[in-house]
Amino acid sequence: MLNFLKIWRNEKSREIIVQIIVLIIFGWFISWLAGNVSGNFERLGKDLSFEFLFIPAGYDINQYLISYNNRDSHLRAAIVGLLNTGLVAICGIVIATIFGLFLGVLRLSKNWLANRIAYWYVEFTRNVPILLHILLWHGIIINTLPHPKQAIDIFDVSYLTNRGFYIPKPVAEAGIELFYLFTVLAIIFAILFSKYSRKRQEKTGKQFPVFWINLMVIIVFPCMALLLNNFPISFSIPELKGFNFRGGLHLSPELIALTFALAIYTAAFIAEIVRAGILAIHKGQREAAESIGLKPDRVMNLVILPQARRVIIPPLTSQYLNLTKNSSLAIAIGYMDLVATLGGISLNQTGREMETMVLVLLIYLCISLSISSLMNWYNYSVKLVDR
Amino acid sequence: MKIKALLAASVAGVMFAGSVLAGTLDDVRARGKLNCIINTGLAGFAAPDDKGNWQGFDVDFCKAVAAAVLGDANKVSYTTATGKTRFTKLAAGEGEILSRNTTWTFSRDVDLAQTFIGVNYYDGQGFMVPKKLGVKSAKELDGASVCIQTGTTTELNLAEFFAGNNMKYNPVPIETNAEAQELYKAGRCDVYTTDASGLYATKMSFDNPSAHVVLPEIVSKEPLGPVVRHGDDQWADVVSWVLRAMMSAEEKGITSKNVKKLAAQDNKDKEINRLLGKDPLQGLSKLGLSADWAVNVISQVGNYAESFERNLYPLTIVRGMNALYKDGGLHYIPPIK
Repeated sequence: MLNFLKIWRNEKSREIIVQIIVLIIFGWFISWLAGNVSGNFERLGKDLSFEFLFIPAGYDINQYLISYNNRDSHLRAAIVGLLNTGLVAICGIVIATIFGLFLGVLRLSKNWLANRIAYWYVEFTRNVPILLHILLWHGIIINTLPHPKQAIDIFDVSYLTNRGFYIPKPVAEAGIELFYLFTVLAIIFAILFSKYSRKRQEKTGKQFPVFWINLMVIIVFPCMALLLNNFPISFSIPELKGFNFRGGLHLSPELIALTFALAIYTAAFIAEIVRAGILAIHKGQREAAESIGLKPDRVMNLVILPQARRVIIPPLTSQYLNLTKNSSLAIAIGYMDLVATLGGISLNQTGREMETMVLVLLIYLCISLSISSLMNWYNYSVKLVDR
Repeated sequence: MKIKALLAASVAGVMFAGSVLAGTLDDVRARGKLNCIINTGLAGFAAPDDKGNWQGFDVDFCKAVAAAVLGDANKVSYTTATGKTRFTKLAAGEGEILSRNTTWTFSRDVDLAQTFIGVNYYDGQGFMVPKKLGVKSAKELDGASVCIQTGTTTELNLAEFFAGNNMKYNPVPIETNAEAQELYKAGRCDVYTTDASGLYATKMSFDNPSAHVVLPEIVSKEPLGPVVRHGDDQWADVVSWVLRAMMSAEEKGITSKNVKKLAAQDNKDKEINRLLGKDPLQGLSKLGLSADWAVNVISQVGNYAESFERNLYPLTIVRGMNALYKDGGLHYIPPIK
């Protein structure tokens, strides 16, 4: 007993004892949960099995990025759903970032009107639940746009309807390979050229208009390939046949509403993060940069933003994660994402709640961890280097 | 060491608690209330009336079981479930009966460990379209956008019907009937598909029902019925014989109006006597029910025909397959002996 007291009074060993106890309690809790689940499963006469993933799903999905029909397995249906989630998440993140950055800078603008517009936008958007945004945009599309028979016609090639937007779809034909090759070459050139011009600037102080030159190369080069090979791209134009348009690329109202709602909602948060990041930089930095004669856009791009980036990225990561996870609200409007396929119809057709939910959970965890590690890596690469 | 023992004890406790499943009837009696899982809202089957009380064909069945078991048809508390959550809710014990237009299929019966106790409504999947579309048959629906309620047998029937007829379609999957209706009304889809009974119910809830038609094709068999959990045969028997009692009552001409009178007198048809507790019904005590169980059901809820007429006639649904066998329908009831 005395011995024990002695150990207890030693701060080091006490810390270890407390940690061991906490660990034991945690382990007990986990095994209790597992025991509870397996006990209840036994009581209900159910088993844990993932065989259902390999039987035909039997249902159709209205949007698939890889080929899919109702004879494919539940696993493939889940992958189709996962890709749909990915599509919305990536489009949403890109739009939200661009829009959010723009708004954040606008919010700091000295122009009163621009400043106020950004302010009201942010305040209004982020104080309305995301689900309402999604339902609102979906409602607007399906209730205000016309039926396919009275579709809004844009130059006879694109149509806006309450069944979604139909736009021409480029179809590759023989000889397209040269186009791909030239595109890759142009991108490689652009990367090398930016590196070269930066080195040159560091050495001699002379600048190229890098952005414009690269833009031109990336546009002109692939176009040249197209001309050389007799334009090997045709377009599939949507046409009204029967009930709906056929051909072309179909963007469903669900996809548009979800992407748009997620993007404008998240953009409001990103705008605030960007504003906070910029304001976090001491005004002396700006004054110093201005005093050596840098133009305002250069002050922003060369002095403020590189430093603000370090403040912006960690909370920005959270916003990206939020957007991705919020995309699961797709189910409210019937967009067939991972939750609607694997965690929805597959769950229902097979009755495997536990298995499907565990899978959905793990997949979201994997997506979130990947986004998180990618952003951490980026954060690390732009962190302040002590010299 | 102690932790391990505690752990073993708790796991064993959970297991033990799990093994004592039988006794649903006792649980309901002890609670004094029946928990019933119903639709989130489908006119005629389960929908709240203007006072907020649940009414409908499926709700009536919950009431009938409460009347048989507790003697009072009002001792029911309702839990709503979407097509997707219903089986999980039943399995998790949120209700003793799932009375929610549930199709009896092999995998639901066997793989989901549930017991279908009979069919109270023979249905089939149909299609509804706006009249102005000019469609006369489901075979003309190639390329249409189709609104479907997810979590049902509907998705699979639809896929098979369109594939079987070499037609394409664009499925628009929606979680509940109410949301699907909104999309259909807004013109997001050309067609709304669900069980024919649901189509009639939906149609009647529109401002202008005559602007929509239900197409003649019925593309599936949907025998709908109440469901209970596997493993408690006594409870399954109670629930299934309540259903049969309601149908027997119709067959024998017992209604909520004459049941008290018939129960008081000696009837020529001895089956009426047995059903209404005048003559002993062998095994009734094993079921744990009192002699007046059927009288309670019929006097408080009515027989099968009364419930059908009260709830489904306003939707312009006819008896059809749901008539008794002697009237040309499919309901053939095991004798009460």
